[in-house]
Amino acid sequence: MADTRVVEIKNLSKRFDELVVLDNISIDVKEAENLVVFGRSGTGKSVLLKCIIGLLRPDKGEIKINDKNVINIPLKELNEIRKNIGFLFQSGALYDSMNVRENLEFQLIKNTDFTKEEIEHKVHDALKKVSLEQAINKMPSELSGGMRKRIALARSIIAEPKLMLYDEPTTGLDPITSKEISELILNLQKSLNMTSIVVTHDLICANIIADRAIFLKEGHIAYQGNIDDLTSSEDKFLRNFFSEKIIKE
Amino acid sequence: MKIPQIKYLRKPKASDYMYLFFANITGLTVFVIEFFKQLFIPPYEINEVKKHMDELGVKTFPIVSVTGFIIGLVLAMQSQPVLQKFGATDFLPATVSLSVIRELGPVITALIFAGRVSSGIGAELGSMRVTEQIDAMEVSAINPFKYLVVTRVIATTMILPILTIYVIFLALIGGYIAVIITENMSFQYYQNAVIGAVEFGDLIPGVGKTFVFGFIVGIVGAYKGFTTDGGTEGVGRASTTSVVIASLLILVFDLVLVKLSLMLWPTLG
Ligand SMILES: Nc1ncnc2c1ncn2[C@@H]1O[C@H](COP(=O)(O)OP(=O)(O)OP(=O)(O)O)[C@@H](O)[C@H]1O
Ligand SMILES: [Mg+2]
Repeated sequence: MADTRVVEIKNLSKRFDELVVLDNISIDVKEAENLVVFGRSGTGKSVLLKCIIGLLRPDKGEIKINDKNVINIPLKELNEIRKNIGFLFQSGALYDSMNVRENLEFQLIKNTDFTKEEIEHKVHDALKKVSLEQAINKMPSELSGGMRKRIALARSIIAEPKLMLYDEPTTGLDPITSKEISELILNLQKSLNMTSIVVTHDLICANIIADRAIFLKEGHIAYQGNIDDLTSSEDKFLRNFFSEKIIKE
Repeated sequence: MKIPQIKYLRKPKASDYMYLFFANITGLTVFVIEFFKQLFIPPYEINEVKKHMDELGVKTFPIVSVTGFIIGLVLAMQSQPVLQKFGATDFLPATVSLSVIRELGPVITALIFAGRVSSGIGAELGSMRVTEQIDAMEVSAINPFKYLVVTRVIATTMILPILTIYVIFLALIGGYIAVIITENMSFQYYQNAVIGAVEFGDLIPGVGKTFVFGFIVGIVGAYKGFTTDGGTEGVGRASTTSVVIASLLILVFDLVLVKLSLMLWPTLG
């Protein structure tokens, strides 16, 4: 079971005018695996996720999800694939003209045949997972930054997708909530057999969830392996990234 | 859907303005084509359309009411001395009603509507674009063009004619009030004079063109908002440029449609 590849990225390149963001990147993610993506700010982690979901069109390379190519396919087919993918935006991207309940139920109403009761149930369930049931009737503008993040997380997992792409799920959360969210990601992996790609800077979160980690640097995958190998590496760059102090020569 | 990229330049040159001009025209054309392509594909989002019509109506009701009343009032006040010179004040109701129905009512309502609504749609969709809400819809396999653009354009197209008829009605009342200040004319006489002067045929080109104006207001606002680029600053730009473009297009299309209607119904001239 553990050997089916859910995401297959081959020789992916993406540039914006002169700026080369991703340069010939290849990644495989297996079923029910949590892959953590590290990288300094601006190295193209969000761009990578957006290429996978089809928001950005790569200049070169292949992306396959469940063995289906997702680049340059008709929108209709792409949307069928997208229905099985959850995407957490770094900014949350809550619909600010809708309250929390409407935010969560929107895609269920549009894409599924669930009854009102079933949807209601799912909304409560998702909110419970991020411990924000009391916010159900609030508007996004009435929420704190961390609450918005958690609502966005609840929204992205509500349809129980087979593949989740998280863009910094724990940034801006306090350490306790951050650990709770990490546990949640782990639970989803266990209970739903969910595959995840998680972009994060949060070592605690990464330690809890990562099966494997890659490190993006200057458009390449500079390092990959399990998380302990990365954090205990003797490499100066990695030591600087993961340790508490800036290490000088 | 492939829309030409419009990037904001801090110091545009003359050639950049030319580029922007043509990029806007092509972009708008692509947008219009896309609109008609998606118009007939389900889901029809009737509830969204209703919601937007409601909002638009409530939003523009006060300002068009004031405008309508004042147009009629001022028009009658201005025409009265001229007509009096020729001893033709009896024609006052006809003058007021024909100008209001054929030209002033539709065009002024449309321009006001553009100022209020194009900018609103531009800003709303623009901020949805820059805060990735439109992307969020896309990744949830929901068609944002259908849900956000088509519904709004239908709503503006349907509501403007209704507002225009209302404005014309108020303008005629305003006209009557101006008339009784100076003339001794009964409402009955005024009413009969208006009805006598206006043929049903006058209403068709007058109100008919407001469907086009409503469409322009919706599609321009949606186009500028949907293609917003460059953060919150871009949202401001989307909002203001949509008013400019929509107003210009309204005037251009007014010219075209008037010419067209005169060709179709020569008796009106
Ligand atoms: N739509 C875009 N147009 C032009 N350049 C872009 C666009 N999106 C991203 N970039 C550029 O691509 C690079 C990578 O951006 P990205 O958002 O992927 O960074 P990131 O790794 O997610 O950083 P962070 O950790 O700060 O979120 C940046 O230099 C950014 O300027
Ligand atoms: Mg990012």
